[in-house]
Amino acid sequence: MVELKLSKKEEYLQRTLDKSTARTPVSEFWRKFKKQKLAFISFFFVIFLILLALIGPFIVPYDIAEPDYENVLSGPSTTHWAGTDPYGRDIFSRIVAGTQISLYVGLTSVLLGAIGGTFLGIIAGYYGKWIDRIIMRICDVLFAFPGILLAIGIIAILGPGLGNVIIAVAIFSVPVFARIVRSSTLSVKSTLYVEATKSIGAKPRRIIWKHIFPGTLSSVIVYFTMRIGSAILTAASLSFLGLGAQPPSPEWGAMLSGGRDYLNIAPHVTIFPGLAIFVTVLAFNLLGDGLRDALDPKIKD
Amino acid sequence: MFHFLIKRLLEIIPILFLVSIFIFLFVHMIPGDPARLVAGADATIEDVETVKKELGLDKPILEQYVSYITNLFQGDLGTSLKTKRPVIEEISDRFMPTFWLTFWSMVWAVAVGLLIGVISATKRNKWQDYLGMFGAVSGLSLPSFWLGLMLIQLFAVTLGWFPTGGIESWKSYILPAFTLGTGVAAVVARFTRSSLMDVLKEDYIRTGRSKGLSEHKVTWGHGLRNAMIPVVTMTGLQFGFLLGGSVVIETVFSWPGLGKLLIDSVAYRDYPVIQAEMLIFALEFILINLIVDLLYGVLNPQIRYE
Repeated sequence: MVELKLSKKEEYLQRTLDKSTARTPVSEFWRKFKKQKLAFISFFFVIFLILLALIGPFIVPYDIAEPDYENVLSGPSTTHWAGTDPYGRDIFSRIVAGTQISLYVGLTSVLLGAIGGTFLGIIAGYYGKWIDRIIMRICDVLFAFPGILLAIGIIAILGPGLGNVIIAVAIFSVPVFARIVRSSTLSVKSTLYVEATKSIGAKPRRIIWKHIFPGTLSSVIVYFTMRIGSAILTAASLSFLGLGAQPPSPEWGAMLSGGRDYLNIAPHVTIFPGLAIFVTVLAFNLLGDGLRDALDPKIKD
Repeated sequence: MFHFLIKRLLEIIPILFLVSIFIFLFVHMIPGDPARLVAGADATIEDVETVKKELGLDKPILEQYVSYITNLFQGDLGTSLKTKRPVIEEISDRFMPTFWLTFWSMVWAVAVGLLIGVISATKRNKWQDYLGMFGAVSGLSLPSFWLGLMLIQLFAVTLGWFPTGGIESWKSYILPAFTLGTGVAAVVARFTRSSLMDVLKEDYIRTGRSKGLSEHKVTWGHGLRNAMIPVVTMTGLQFGFLLGGSVVIETVFSWPGLGKLLIDSVAYRDYPVIQAEMLIFALEFILINLIVDLLYGVLNPQIRYE
């Protein structure tokens, strides 16, 4: 009851403040974010990609699986915008349909990694002592396997396939999030308001959910966006190496790998899926950069 | 400095220990019986039992770990399932090509990355900065395997300037090293820019300027020296990125190195080789980070007393 009254009071205060000069964090964020032109464009491009991922397979002009042996490896034209592949399938349609796969792999793997890493990071940072030491040592061990190698090792155990790529990339993102969240947990934990909450007898679970977790959220969001680009790249690399999506899947890395043998006579089979990966990853990276600049109070213009 | 060295060395011992357990358990995490895998698909139950005895898989797990470590120190990493050669021989053949590839990639990436970073920081919000930073974020977003294939098509197949793959002469290094270093150059450029911009705000830079030092001297002499400290650490971490990237690049350029061996081994399920490769890559990465940490101590006198 008491809490409700307080929050109403707060709301009122907020509203009166809004009318005057002060800005809410959200509008402040939006103002800064809009200034980053490239990030702003990327934001809309990412929304476009998400829409494409949802409806892409239904709007493509050609069947993505049906071979057309009359029309093998033909170059870009008005009927086939990005040409056809060794089976005569329309590359443009396959790229559009493949958006779904790349975004799905990128988003789910980073989301799983972020959830796992945030959980471990908060536990380590909040409780400290031996829990912290154990969690951080595990992270050190995972960090000892550089880059994509940990993912390859995990796939060597689990076997190739897209589902295993998601698991591999997720595990490989866990220590990254754990470290970042741990350090922001440590800084939030030492703030005065957390001390105050503790002194009035709030339970650890409440402190973590109400104060620590929201405090770490902005760095998690920034890293989440920045990791999506690299997760999509890693997944495409693994598919290119034959460890991820298998043909005839229209996954971009797998399509590229299939075009390798025809590079000399039909370079378009390789060029277009690569461009799709590049543009998608670039959009996520630019968006991540923009979010970082807008959310990170340290960087002021 | 000596204490700092000892402290760092002591710190990596538990990590090495945990990494060795992790890699030892690697074979045990594979679904199915490793002995059956070694014996082959059409092995009888007796064959599998013999293999189990040979590999020591019938002993308690702790004993297995001890013998794994003992063998490791004697340079015995097992036998390749594919070639039946000792794994240590397979790996030592492939070590140097990967080492030189990552080395030259690092050299150009750091040189170019630093240059772009410094130019972007000093020309902040001018076209040089925008161009440099857009180039850097593009470098980060390029799929390296695609870049490699495009370069092969253009410079090796069409123009014939460089070989398409393998190691023939120094020319063979140009395309793979360029491809592999792109991402690192981008990271170094971005990091140098932000680090140098932070340093250029410091009081001692203002002091330098006010006492009449040229802008050139302020940037390169005072600014960069201090901005380098975090850049060095970052660069060390990027070595891991290179080692990982070498797996992809070596496959594209048919490079006879560790990375290509790893991919071939995964395809063949050659677990002793995969296990040994994970160990080599991890050791190399830990060692490089140790060197970077020591270098950090040399560059930053503060850290030695902490």
